[in-house]
Amino acid sequence: MTSLFALVDCNNFYASCERVFQPQLNGKPIVVLSNNDGCVIARSNEAKACGIQMGAPLFEIKDAIAFHGIHVFSSNYELYGDMSRRVVLVLSEYSPHVEVYSIDESFLDLGNFLDVDIEKYARAIWERVPRATGIPVAVGVARTKTLAKLANRVAKKSKKANGMLVLTDPKHIEAALKATEIGDVWGIGRRYARKLSQFGVNTAYDLTRQTDSFIKKHLTILGLRTVKELRGEPCLDLETMPPAKQNICTSRSFGEALTELSDIEEALSTHAVRCAFKLRKQKSCAMAFTVFLETSRFGQDSQMYFNSRTVRLDSPSSSELVILPAALEALRVIFREGFRYKKTGVIVSGICPANQVQQSLFEPDTRQRDSNLMKTLDGLRERYGFKSVFYGVQGTSGKWQMQNSNLSPCYTTKLKDLLKAN
Amino acid sequence: MEATVIPLHPIEEHRFLVIIDQGNTLPLFTTTVRAGFPSPASDYGSEPIDLNTYASNHPASTFLVEVVGDSMTGAGILPGDLAIVNKDIKPFSGNIVMAFVDGGFTIKRLRIEKEATYLDSENPTYQPIRIDSPEQGMFWGVVVGIHRKL
Repeated sequence: MTSLFALVDCNNFYASCERVFQPQLNGKPIVVLSNNDGCVIARSNEAKACGIQMGAPLFEIKDAIAFHGIHVFSSNYELYGDMSRRVVLVLSEYSPHVEVYSIDESFLDLGNFLDVDIEKYARAIWERVPRATGIPVAVGVARTKTLAKLANRVAKKSKKANGMLVLTDPKHIEAALKATEIGDVWGIGRRYARKLSQFGVNTAYDLTRQTDSFIKKHLTILGLRTVKELRGEPCLDLETMPPAKQNICTSRSFGEALTELSDIEEALSTHAVRCAFKLRKQKSCAMAFTVFLETSRFGQDSQMYFNSRTVRLDSPSSSELVILPAALEALRVIFREGFRYKKTGVIVSGICPANQVQQSLFEPDTRQRDSNLMKTLDGLRERYGFKSVFYGVQGTSGKWQMQNSNLSPCYTTKLKDLLKAN
Repeated sequence: MEATVIPLHPIEEHRFLVIIDQGNTLPLFTTTVRAGFPSPASDYGSEPIDLNTYASNHPASTFLVEVVGDSMTGAGILPGDLAIVNKDIKPFSGNIVMAFVDGGFTIKRLRIEKEATYLDSENPTYQPIRIDSPEQGMFWGVVVGIHRKL
């Protein structure tokens, strides 16, 4: 049995998504901003060449934006999510086993393909994804996931590879390992890289030459797994089923500072409903949740306030009818007049699978009723959008909504935002 | 009865649009669960007719585009129609395509000649657009269908 993995990584994914629908921006510098238009979270190659750093706050790069004519976008996760789904859909035609590693990266299991010219196959993927979706990708193929990740990196950097590299020839692997610094190896952080450089271990190749006991001592057992993978010994398999999350947090900074309890209630109730929805989506229930409320951290000391309250439920639940009123009650307890609030949110914890819930002895059993209602609500929301049904307390003022002044239309998910053609 | 087109939530995998009829899809079979003898039809139950698959077998590469302007009325494409555009098809001369020309999207019939490529309107009031170099225009997708509300 021979293992073979491909890592397909979308190039500058957010910027590429915007370009599919605005082709005039091909070759132009683009940045995408975080929630609330705070700082840079994605850059096109042209924007990188203008010296824009990842994470730079918007106000610091105002001059550079004007000088270089950089196009600025608020993050449009609805659009990016749908384009990501399309890319994965195309990839799933090439392998029955696809691990969606992040919004713009997927691993494909290409092991045990008989009579397939892998070079040709990888090239077919590399050509097809951009043709079908408009999103350019880089493809790296190797015997282990860690080497596939490395191959992908080399594919992007090397002019000769031009975005596609099959790394199975031992000579090529050695050259690629020698050209890769330790800090750039998947699973090894910068901190370990500094530590290892004291021992004269600087490249991925140096790392593969160390003894197992040296690696274990300095990088732990997880590091040893990474090194074995670099040597071509597969230790990581595809994770096609993502593990259920142990903590779910839903929070957003407000678009503007809020002082009124009713405005904050609107925000919190929306977060609470989202949280419960996420729980049900992964078929879990939560034992407890924490509501927090805070002012801006950049204010003067006298005006700063942070508080939170954790509520324990009688029995684990994912019902909005349980979580929402309790969350609002907690909020009313921690709310103080006279502050300018910037953020509120809900964190659920003590998460367990929904089918293992113990019913409390002294509680009326409303679970069946609730669960039916939730199913109906979820169905409506999946179909008609999250704003189709909501609780009165969620309100419609939307004062807390984020600032996203440069948001592009949701071309693929909203009828009113469709592309127009003459 | 009015038919409307709605896009489904992005998480839904294989569907891309569904045509609903007074809020309902069109089921081939329906069964209700009852106590007692099970319905003999339930084993033969089928998914409702899915007009998405009728519109396109390629949900990953299919996009809906709203038609504005009357340059293709001769081909039966009217303002307000929704064009179903597939990016994943190689365009041939004679296809109706969507292209990006002069900073905007346009739907026209493609004509590839030896000396240049043309985008022809199907309305005598519009002139053909001549494309000599890749900078002038970019192919975006092939129009594979039209949806119109009556």
